Amino acid sequence: MTDFQIENLQVRYGSGSHAHLAVDDVSLRVPEGRTLGLVGESGSGKSSIAAAAVGLVRPSSGAIRLDGVDVSGRGSAARAMRRRIQLVFQDPFSALDPRMPIGASIAEATRATGRRWSRAEKADRVSELLQRVHIDPSRAGELPGAFSGGQRQRITIARALAGEPEVLIADEITSALDVSVQGVILNLLRELQGDLGLTVLFISHNLAVVRYVSHELCVMRHGRVVETGETEAVLASPADPYTAELLRAVPVLGERLDLGATA
Amino acid sequence: MAAQISPMRARLASPVGVTTVTGLGVVLLLAVFGPILWGTQAEATSVADRLLGASWQHPFGTDELGRDVLARVLAGTRTSVLLALGATGIAVALGIVLGLLPTVLPRVLRRMLTGLIDILLAFPWLLLALFFSAIWGASATGAMLAVGFAGIPAFARLNYTLASSIMGRDYVRAARIVGVGPLGVLVRHVLPNAAGPLLVNAAVHASGALLSFAGLSFLGLGVQSPEYDWGRLLREGIARIYVNPMAAIGPGIAIVVTGLLLTLVSDVFATTPRRGALIRNGLRGLRPARRAGSMRAASASPLELADEAAVVSSARELRIAFPGADGGAVERVHGVDLEIAPGEVVGIVGESGSGKSITAMALAGLIEQPGAVTADELRFRGVDLLAPSSPVSKRQLGLELAMVFQDPLTSLNPALTIGRQLTEAVEVHEGVSRAEARERARQALASVGIPDPERRLGQYPHEFSGGMRQRAMIAMGLMGSPRLIVADEPTTALDVTVQRQVLQNLRRAQALTRTAVLFISHDIALVAGFCDRVLVMKDGVVVEQLAADRLLVDAQHPYTKALIACVPDMTSDRTRPLPVIGETGAVRRAS
Repeated sequence: MTDFQIENLQVRYGSGSHAHLAVDDVSLRVPEGRTLGLVGESGSGKSSIAAAAVGLVRPSSGAIRLDGVDVSGRGSAARAMRRRIQLVFQDPFSALDPRMPIGASIAEATRATGRRWSRAEKADRVSELLQRVHIDPSRAGELPGAFSGGQRQRITIARALAGEPEVLIADEITSALDVSVQGVILNLLRELQGDLGLTVLFISHNLAVVRYVSHELCVMRHGRVVETGETEAVLASPADPYTAELLRAVPVLGERLDLGATA
Repeated sequence: MAAQISPMRARLASPVGVTTVTGLGVVLLLAVFGPILWGTQAEATSVADRLLGASWQHPFGTDELGRDVLARVLAGTRTSVLLALGATGIAVALGIVLGLLPTVLPRVLRRMLTGLIDILLAFPWLLLALFFSAIWGASATGAMLAVGFAGIPAFARLNYTLASSIMGRDYVRAARIVGVGPLGVLVRHVLPNAAGPLLVNAAVHASGALLSFAGLSFLGLGVQSPEYDWGRLLREGIARIYVNPMAAIGPGIAIVVTGLLLTLVSDVFATTPRRGALIRNGLRGLRPARRAGSMRAASASPLELADEAAVVSSARELRIAFPGADGGAVERVHGVDLEIAPGEVVGIVGESGSGKSITAMALAGLIEQPGAVTADELRFRGVDLLAPSSPVSKRQLGLELAMVFQDPLTSLNPALTIGRQLTEAVEVHEGVSRAEARERARQALASVGIPDPERRLGQYPHEFSGGMRQRAMIAMGLMGSPRLIVADEPTTALDVTVQRQVLQNLRRAQALTRTAVLFISHDIALVAGFCDRVLVMKDGVVVEQLAADRLLVDAQHPYTKALIACVPDMTSDRTRPLPVIGETGAVRRAS
């Protein structure tokens, strides 16, 4: 039973008069095996939530709980629990060590499981994961430079899976990719969720993409949650004016862009 | 892997590479075998032959004990090279430790350590070397320790900077998330990625160390008699430079050549930017060039307005090529035909690498060396862009053509106020007074929806937000009498709500001035929603063009259909996988 929830989270950068409250009292819950879409514009604090969940930044207050354990703490229990949350980064070009063969990058991530892996076990696991993301396992010895952006993103997903996570956080994973590749990644994510029963926090500024993959939706602005609920319900009748504004700004194919009155 | 090795091979096979490798090979052989082969000869004293000049028997002459100077130079290679390498080794090894240590220390200790390194950096390293050699006394080991220790601060600083930058990369974050400890991160990720720059700097440092030893020995602080290195030989030779110049020039040549070779190593190993990056950066550099060039153009000749032609911009059989990795030309755009009517809003949609941006650059006459543009016809309002530009044509382009790029930070000059950048073109080209130009700039900013334009004119680009900068770029285009605005992914870096506002401003400006717009984006929904006509580009070819409002109905080409199908929109069926674009470019519906 996976229970991932964030309670009254605050993330603050800097101190004193320069302090900036990136996440301001955010609470949300991702039900087991479901995808929660976190949508908002740049600076709305959505990526800070992801960084706090995997321990890259320390929240100034609040809790991030996985199965009841606060993973934002310092203890070894918190650290072990934190590794069951894995993150896929936005830019597949900087997310892989350019000097490390992709197989080694994936093998390195197996240590998040907390178990000891023999060399042979690691190799098996790497080729199994590469197959899962539809990359030829015989290419495990190649450096990231030999792969396209879409392939690299699939490799970073394989690396995140190597830690056998219960929660997968996808932070803008398609925004650095071409539209034709975006579809491949989104399909893969859906497929993986179906097969592995992953709980997913899907972060994006693209409302159409979030709508496509998410069961539930959470709209953020200026570090606060402005609206949350079932995806279809929220989009059909947005309760918050900001959600409505976001919806209006999405270009719809076949329709003239609604730019209001032009002089 | 192959892609990683072949550039290195190419560099080693270049004339510089071959020279460096052979040269260093010779130096190393001398260092190993020199003392064995010439050691006895170099030590053999012969009073009869003392202080001889250069001759066939003694090319560099002999010293006051009658020892052959050439033999001494050759045999002295080992000491000189060992001292230089030893000192470099000390500097690099301890520099790595001191440079990496702060990245794993708690904040207070980190500050103290980096502060200490910064303070040490403030001392000239020769001064440090002299200081240390005073401590360890005038001996070869003392000099090596002195030069080695004196080099530590520079390497520590370099390592710290490299490590800090690498520590900020996503792949290091990813390693931390899976539980790789600080030491593991340093060894597995930081060091391999810092190795390149380190190697380059170590080579330069070795060259410097070699010179320092020559200097220290020359001053009598380094190697002591009866030991000898090149610096010591130089010191002995210099006293008799008027009698036997070769006794000083010989060791001098050895020092200079070895130093040069070590410097060349850094040249060979320095990672050159990939050619793609070169071209991109080159283009970025070019972008404002047209503007700057046109500003300087003579404003004396009256502006001959071209006839209100039926087309603003026309290209027939447009081909654009750039140099490829192997030096040959790679054609990126293969015969594009395009006409833009006055006031028309045309969109080009395509993925990265489809050639949409360079097509637009060519239409604006902005592709310069090493890019090559050929076409049967390439005109902007009567100006032949294939012909060499004249002051008149430059001026016309400067006033009638406006560009808006994805990242306005690179096309706005950070050192000039927005007001100055807006007014410059019209002041030069139209000769309007500064006050009038400023008034026009104020109106232009107001017309793109920038509040408080008077105050904004006095601000610098960095004081503007992303959306504001794009509006300022559009305003800059409106200052002249624009006939075409080329907007290359103008809203890709912006949030959707800001995108909508910027497009509102662009649309309003277009309606106001009846200018044509060439709008480029990877987002087919955005292009179709904003433009009258849409061109779909793939691999340097326009595969289809059609009216924007007929896109859904009339699209024939499989790639266009695939582009439409593969992007999720607000009505996509969430229960089914998205169609994806197959290898052929046609849509493939997953079962």
